[in-house]
Amino acid sequence: MKKTRIISVIILIITGIVACQKILPGAPPDNELLDGPVEGLSYDENRRFLAGDVAFNDEVFTSQTGLGSIFVATSCGSCHAGDGKGHPFTTLTRFGQVDSTGNQFLHLGGPQLQNRSLPGYTPEQIPAGATFSKFTPPANTGLGFLELVSDADILAMADPNDANADGISGVPNYEYLPSFIAPSQNAIPRNGKYIHRFGKKAAAYNLLHQTVNAYNQDIGITSTFQPKDVYTGLNIDPEVSDVTVHNVVFYLQTLKAPIQRNQNDPEVLQGKSLFIQTGCESCHKQTLKTGFSTIAALSNKTFHPYTDLLLHDMGSGLDDGYTEGNAKTSEWRTPPLWGLGLSPNSQGGQYFLLHDGRAKTIEEAIQLHGGEAQQSKEKFQQLSVQERNNLVKFLKSL
Amino acid sequence: MRLFIFLLGSIFFSFTAIAQIDPALLRRTAKDTSGLLLNMDAVYNRPFLQLGKLPVALGGYAEANYQYLQEDGITEGHQFQMRRLTLFVSSSISKRIKFLSEIEFEDGTKEINIEFASVDFEFAPLLNLRGGIVMNPVGAFNQNHDGPKWEFIDRPVSATQMLPATWSNVGFGVFGKKYSKDWVYAYEAYLTNGFDDKIIDNAENKTFLPASKENKDRFEESFNGSPLLTAKVAVRNRKIGELGLSYMGGIYNKYEDDGLELDKKRRVNVYAIDFNTTLTKMNTYINAEWAWVNVDVPETYTEQFGRKQQGGFIDFVQPVIKKPVFGFEKSVINAALRFEYVDWNKGNFKSTGDNISDELFSIVPAISWRPTAQTVIRFNYRYNWQKDILGNPPAKLAGFQFGVSTYF
Repeated sequence: MKKTRIISVIILIITGIVACQKILPGAPPDNELLDGPVEGLSYDENRRFLAGDVAFNDEVFTSQTGLGSIFVATSCGSCHAGDGKGHPFTTLTRFGQVDSTGNQFLHLGGPQLQNRSLPGYTPEQIPAGATFSKFTPPANTGLGFLELVSDADILAMADPNDANADGISGVPNYEYLPSFIAPSQNAIPRNGKYIHRFGKKAAAYNLLHQTVNAYNQDIGITSTFQPKDVYTGLNIDPEVSDVTVHNVVFYLQTLKAPIQRNQNDPEVLQGKSLFIQTGCESCHKQTLKTGFSTIAALSNKTFHPYTDLLLHDMGSGLDDGYTEGNAKTSEWRTPPLWGLGLSPNSQGGQYFLLHDGRAKTIEEAIQLHGGEAQQSKEKFQQLSVQERNNLVKFLKSL
Repeated sequence: MRLFIFLLGSIFFSFTAIAQIDPALLRRTAKDTSGLLLNMDAVYNRPFLQLGKLPVALGGYAEANYQYLQEDGITEGHQFQMRRLTLFVSSSISKRIKFLSEIEFEDGTKEINIEFASVDFEFAPLLNLRGGIVMNPVGAFNQNHDGPKWEFIDRPVSATQMLPATWSNVGFGVFGKKYSKDWVYAYEAYLTNGFDDKIIDNAENKTFLPASKENKDRFEESFNGSPLLTAKVAVRNRKIGELGLSYMGGIYNKYEDDGLELDKKRRVNVYAIDFNTTLTKMNTYINAEWAWVNVDVPETYTEQFGRKQQGGFIDFVQPVIKKPVFGFEKSVINAALRFEYVDWNKGNFKSTGDNISDELFSIVPAISWRPTAQTVIRFNYRYNWQKDILGNPPAKLAGFQFGVSTYF
């Protein structure tokens, strides 16, 4: 009976330890999460956000619901865990375009490689002679704010001829709109083309454009907006409803902006100053503002994404020989840096940075900058170890 | 619907009939007290109620519970659940021909399943023929799953979310036992209908054997015409305990249709080991099961669906107080503890060489009170750590569960 009591006590102690440590796991602090809605949504907007959340994160496509037959991922959430950056497991491969004359390999499956297939089907291969680039899925947070930056504000940041002689000459990516997209009210077109802003090459106009393409090219799902099946090339019945597409777009629009952490830490503050002094902020613009939106929570807001939404020449080291829209092969849209410090939480505990995930640390990503960023990189290299660490610490606080 | 009405009618008629007779005529069927019962005996080792000398015996069990769970700060609140109502009907058609059926209503009437409906012919102790809907004997839990036998409200994750318990199919097989002093040896082997390609094409976004349970047609026709083999050998020593080794495997995909070859034949193989014992000095009951799943997933398919899985559980149950409580003469209060682990995708990413996660670990301390051996009131605390396929910080789920389960 004595041994029985001992065992009972041991079990009760284990129970106590487990239960007392954290009886019910609480929510992580808001500034450590990338998902969650922007503050101030109405009842109806919250319902739409939740519906979009389910479609984005919980809906997994199968062969019965339209997956493939060739595809990259089975759900939106597969590429954007926790609404953060993606992992090489779901890296997208684009091929077939080398200049502004368009993609020459559309008839051979371009622009995106569907590198997986349902059992019995054969996935695509990159056609002979096609150049390609790999794109790590980006984080989703704060996209609604970026969508609402006016064309006028984007153009105000552009400096195509480097008039101020700082070595930075950002340009917008002008491209024709697909038939299902209506231009925004404040759009400033040029020769029938509109400023696109989403994607590594800024080849997607808005979040509807991005979402429809992702359903189609990433998962092999047709919609009324894009009825062409990636496998057969035939127009087929929609495999996702218009309501679901709109809910997902609304979800992406109303995901909150990442919240900076440790912003008052002296080292972070020094890192921020060095970020500006070394010229990083010339492209990674700290502050932008939204225009009017029917979603009050997004309307006329100031926010801090650390991007200018423009294309910049990043040098030969990052030139894969592939492009989209009117971007040159060496040009990349400035990626927003907000949420950078939380990337490991969605990338399996590691960093996979730059467009294709080749950089495994923030410092390595900086060192791989070239072209218009060459001067800033050299200034970074001249910093002391402590200063570099502080700059990286600032970036991790975003 | 007809089945549902028929069942309700049968239950109503049965209980009405019983209510009109002298309760003294009702008797419990004889219980095996040899100490050499195996998991394979669980299907008949249940408290049936028999009316006089009628050859039909009735039984069943029910499970209801309350739970409050929270995952990373988000909770569904207070939930009351009627998880299961299961009815057994057994019949001794002759001395050596028996029939038993088990019909289960899950989550109210959300799911109604015939889990077992078989005729057993005993030709010799070592040779019995079983035909009908059988429970495939993989691991121990699938055959020995009745709620009132367990101190835990949730069924083991590895048994229900990796292995497909409860997993029944139509088929035939043989089984037998041999007793030798303190030992009993047993075997079972069945050929049944089996899995389908939903195991790697499902909304769970993982290789998920239970997805085949959605195919209700499997009780009418095989998905691909290839039988599923399930075989188990078990040995028990009265003092040491029981050890079982089992295998279940077959072709899961539709490799041809209407005479056309569609794909190569792809197999699913499951291996399991189970063990249970009671430490005589302390009367501690230990029950464990571990299983490995191998699935031939096409190379060109997504790594989201794992080629290898493994997982299992170990339960410790320690009787703490054995004395009358509230007038229940054979009352027992137990302290119990379960550890469980499942890795739904064992392997490495092709792109990085890093480990694929998709795994869960949980610990479940429990306190149970058995006013009688056939009834349990249990209080569980559950804590889960679950990682996604990339190995990102785990989702933490924890909460309290309180429930009752009883044979009737």
